[in-house]
Amino acid sequence: MKENKLAYQLKDKAIWVVFIVLVIAFTIANPRFINPNNLFTMIRQVSFYGIASIGMTFVILLGDIDLSTGTIISFVNIICAYFMVNMGMPMVVAIILTLAVSTLIGVLNGFMVSTIGIPALIATFATQTSFLGLTYIICGGLPINGFTESFKFIGQAYVWIIPVPVIIMAICFAVGSFILNKTYFGRYFYAVGGNVEAAKLSGIRVNRIKYLVFALSGFFAGLAGLVILSRTNSGMPNAGDGYEFDVITCVVLGGVSVTGGYGKMSGVVAGTFIIGALKNGMVLMNINSYVQNIIMGVVLALAVGFDCIQKRRQSN
Amino acid sequence: MSEEYVLQLQHIRKEYPGVVALKDVTLELKKGEILALIGENGAGKSTLIKCCSGAVIPTSGKIIVNGKEFNSMTPQLAAENGIAIIYQEFNNVKELSAAENLFLGRPIRKGIVVDKKAMEAEAAKAFEQLRIKIDPKALMKNLTVGYQQMVEIAKAIQQNAKILIMDEPSAPLTSAEVESMFMVVERLRKEGISIIYISHRLEEIYRLSDRILVMRDGEYVKTLITKDSEVQELIQLMVGRELTETYPPREDCIDKNEVMLELKNVTGNGDKDINLKLHKGEILGLGGLVGAGRTELAEMIFGAAAKQSGQMIFKGKEINPKSPREAIDLGIALVPEDRKRHGAMLGISIKNNINMPIYERNSTLSVINSKREMEIAEKYRDNMAIKTPTLNQLVKNLSGGNQQKVILGRWLAADSELIIFDEPTRGIDIGAKYEIYKLMNDLVEKEGKSILMISSEMEELMGMSDRIIVLAEGNLTGELQKDEFSQETIMAYASAANIEEG
Repeated sequence: MKENKLAYQLKDKAIWVVFIVLVIAFTIANPRFINPNNLFTMIRQVSFYGIASIGMTFVILLGDIDLSTGTIISFVNIICAYFMVNMGMPMVVAIILTLAVSTLIGVLNGFMVSTIGIPALIATFATQTSFLGLTYIICGGLPINGFTESFKFIGQAYVWIIPVPVIIMAICFAVGSFILNKTYFGRYFYAVGGNVEAAKLSGIRVNRIKYLVFALSGFFAGLAGLVILSRTNSGMPNAGDGYEFDVITCVVLGGVSVTGGYGKMSGVVAGTFIIGALKNGMVLMNINSYVQNIIMGVVLALAVGFDCIQKRRQSN
Repeated sequence: MSEEYVLQLQHIRKEYPGVVALKDVTLELKKGEILALIGENGAGKSTLIKCCSGAVIPTSGKIIVNGKEFNSMTPQLAAENGIAIIYQEFNNVKELSAAENLFLGRPIRKGIVVDKKAMEAEAAKAFEQLRIKIDPKALMKNLTVGYQQMVEIAKAIQQNAKILIMDEPSAPLTSAEVESMFMVVERLRKEGISIIYISHRLEEIYRLSDRILVMRDGEYVKTLITKDSEVQELIQLMVGRELTETYPPREDCIDKNEVMLELKNVTGNGDKDINLKLHKGEILGLGGLVGAGRTELAEMIFGAAAKQSGQMIFKGKEINPKSPREAIDLGIALVPEDRKRHGAMLGISIKNNINMPIYERNSTLSVINSKREMEIAEKYRDNMAIKTPTLNQLVKNLSGGNQQKVILGRWLAADSELIIFDEPTRGIDIGAKYEIYKLMNDLVEKEGKSILMISSEMEELMGMSDRIIVLAEGNLTGELQKDEFSQETIMAYASAANIEEG
């Protein structure tokens, strides 16, 4: 019994050890890695994953999955740009409207999963494909440009020496951690992910929790999309291509169990930083992008495999 | 001597870690007879027949089939020696036809392709032999349960089974289907097939069987000649154990004037027309066999299953809970039978488990009042005497008795007034059982709660209840006041046998 607890504690710490080892290894391979400029670039890159990973953490804690994250990022890129450039909406209105829309896409996922009962894998897969189509129809396949100067603040400005996206990510992690640890929703996420039946019989309205979790996943993906839009200063229909993969990897690498019920926000922070270091380091080392894909795939499989082996040991 | 027996189980013993499931059980089956195997839930009937099929390997003892001796069986050996078992859950493929199911796993082939025509012709012959009308081409999913069972029987006969073991064959059938199943069974007996027939229904046993073997608590009790035995005697043998366990005494604290829960003609979830009254401070026992519809009744009261008709009146008001949440907020709680699957949330802490139903009550703008959370957890840890170094301990690391206390603490924290216990001490060791009983007494005595207790353990039912009602097959078949409690009467009601006639 005590060993389990110890194992978990070790696992939580081990992730930071992995991060430090990675940083040292990349520094040895290419000293430019440790250059403060590069580190800030890395953290800024990582902030997009970090923001989106909050919602994904909740979804995976419930034992579900959200494959629509990347598409929501692309969709948000295009509609927010469309609202501001093509329709001339004021920036704040456009942002609020965009976040509302991305949350609603999450609600749609929640409806399919919870009310209809489609497995999350399929429901969010359907959302991924159909909203990607819609994205291209809205923009006609072309990027949308021409934003106001003030919009650039979100993705490009600094407060003192810290990039704004990093500040947004930090706030998001704090909010995520607060939801998970201080509100009853957090307790419910763990309960539902750990044992749906017992959760129901304890009075948790599981359906509502699923709606909430997918809505939050949509919201945080939308927020990540906005930051990316401001950073690139161009609404691109392929802005979020493949993001769900990286975000899911950040979360499971951070020790959130894919079968639900176990995980911590601090672990996800570590997972996000590892992915950031990996991506940045591989570019610095001039690793071929196809090889990078292979490595990312292996990392995901290893992270989940590690979790599964530990689970099996416990049950034996 | 042994010539006349087709199957003999001699001195079968089966041990599991910490439990002896079968103690020296001997069974002898003659050619062409129907031997009924009866006993309460947990008497060891299923384990015994699984020894015949090879699903269970006996610790010691011999299995003799037609003079051939085995220490244990395997599914292949059982089939080769003509033993077939018809389980309650059928082994069929719903999307295939009756004929294809008959030849499942050993299809008739023409070259490399399956010869459907030949299989259908053979199936027609097999059905004809049993004089049952089934279209061999009909898909299994379109057949009624009764016909699906016939296909299973036909399959056994087609594979040359000489010994047929039937586990509660009438349980899923309608009364008309039961009749035709009887006819098939009797025809098989005439053809020299030997049958072991397991059933809770005493009337069926009297109608069909030649001899009756009674088991109790994993032990062989007696074999009777059916026509020389009486229902009373049979029931006595099934339940006739000494009442050894002691139960903590309880003062009479029933408030006869205050009805906590009343059910009027409640129908649904498999139950029909249930009427009952539960008073404040009362422990009402709910007896019956597994599958009698007791858990189903609890689910309706707790809002986990819908009722079709009838009225539920709780504290004088009609209620209609649509979800456990609604029931909990009304003051109803359920301590489920399967603690690990439905009760405790094993992967989270004691503190969180106890507070789970009341987090919303103790939150402001969804932020938990963590001081109050801790106070509540401490209060019920002390009240329930949960043994743990810390409230952050995960529930999976607790013993069964302590897990049950956590669940109880949870419902007390939620101010529940009616607590439904479904098998309150299943899987809990003796010492902890006594503690749970004392807690239940405290609930009614000191806190004025009411308890509805489902129990399959006769002693517990009689030791703890103020009054007992018995269900059988979804019907309320009897009610006993404390001075009327007897194992025989409860068993008779549970088997839906008419005691006056016996």
